Amino acid sequence: MNWDWDYAIDSLPLLFQGIVVTVELTVLGALLAYALGLVLALVRQVRVPVLSQLVYLFVEFIRSTPLLIQVFAFYYLLQPALGLRLSPFVTGFVMLGIHYATYTSEVYRAGIDAVPKGQWEAARALSLPRGRVWTGVILPQAVPRVLPSLGNYTISMFKETPLLLAIGVLDVLNRAQEAASETFRYVEPVTLAGVFFLLVSYPASILVRKLERRAGTV
Amino acid sequence: MDSHQPLSDAQAGTATADREMIRFDKVVKRFGDNVVLNELDFTVSPGEFVTLIGPSGSGKTTILRLLMTLEKVDGGTIQVDGEYLSHMERGGKLVPADEKHLRKVRRHIGMVFQQFNLFPNMKVLQNITEAPMRVLGKSRAEAEERGRELLEMVGLSEKVDAHPSQLSGGQQQRVAIARALAMEPDVLLLDEVTSALDPELVAGVLAVLKDIATSTEITFLCVTHEMQFAKDVSDRVIMFDHGQVVEEAVPEKLFTSPEHERTREFLHAVIDREV
Repeated sequence: MNWDWDYAIDSLPLLFQGIVVTVELTVLGALLAYALGLVLALVRQVRVPVLSQLVYLFVEFIRSTPLLIQVFAFYYLLQPALGLRLSPFVTGFVMLGIHYATYTSEVYRAGIDAVPKGQWEAARALSLPRGRVWTGVILPQAVPRVLPSLGNYTISMFKETPLLLAIGVLDVLNRAQEAASETFRYVEPVTLAGVFFLLVSYPASILVRKLERRAGTV
Repeated sequence: MDSHQPLSDAQAGTATADREMIRFDKVVKRFGDNVVLNELDFTVSPGEFVTLIGPSGSGKTTILRLLMTLEKVDGGTIQVDGEYLSHMERGGKLVPADEKHLRKVRRHIGMVFQQFNLFPNMKVLQNITEAPMRVLGKSRAEAEERGRELLEMVGLSEKVDAHPSQLSGGQQQRVAIARALAMEPDVLLLDEVTSALDPELVAGVLAVLKDIATSTEITFLCVTHEMQFAKDVSDRVIMFDHGQVVEEAVPEKLFTSPEHERTREFLHAVIDREV
């Protein structure tokens, strides 16, 4: 096996397009997962009748099936059935976001449960309105605690973007495949794509560990 | 405290010398099979300082938690300044209180907890101004002015911008007292407020409370193991055991010549421990 530098450099522009897509998918997917996860957690925590049970079933269903199958089913079965036509990119980050929201909702739940009971009681003793108890007392204590866990899920999400090839999203690894399919030389583009994931994931996980040490919990 | 006001004009109009600030009528509270309060009756007059003593598990803290509506009664009724707390009147009948009713009555009651329970994500001053702004609708300027006054009263003027985690236990508890007073309560519940403190910090907190008790018309219901404090500030001491009143008397009498053997045993045990 030999390494061809010229070929590696030639494949960089195509890889770069893929990198942009990977980063966009991760950022948009993560934002959706953070927001939707919080909503799911609150619906369950506040015990909204019926809705709370539905959310429970939804979370269990999503968590027990592979993301690849969900993406596939959503794109090729559910969208036509609903008359939707979302692009592969939009489908990709929405599915990443929904899938990971079921994990982040559990993370938020753990964070909320970790707020001491006395905080609820003090808020109640002061007659604070229920909404304000959440936004002023509980969440400002729960969310910082769970930032490391959210960070870990963001890294997982980042590394899972290649499976969106199933619906034709060209992230960095899929771009590498594409480059290789023309020349049948896989080593350079695929290696470079791997190096890219490593260069992002490793510093990110160091950052998460720092956050963990600062939060000192969960 | 000059801002201290009666519940409402209508009730103030009917106020008489024997008006009751707190009334428990055959109150029952169970946790599972364990009956904590067994048809408990007692009353507290406006402005009175009443201390509840008794062995742990005798239901003292439960009484405070029922008043703060942190627990629900399993039987009987509780009234605060003539208004039902655990129940409300609807169509001439008493029905269990809903959340809205609870909020209304609860507003006249404040509580200081054993573990302080300050909000760690807020600075000291915000801990105090949060509820007056959100619940009483005070402006920020108004709430902060009052907050600074209260901090001065508890001797912590210089800690306005500190975070709770930067304070000692005694300081945190004094902030918690200021926070409760900022809501202008008619009734203040003190739940073993010095039990979690290092011994050398207890005196400072008790001095602040004594000061407030003598300078305001707030009605106090206090659970404590500080017998000397109870003796100093209480108008009346009630001895509990097994969810029932064993005896009640002015402190001079109860601490020196209790009528019941159970009270004598308890006081002996507590005072021996203090020495």
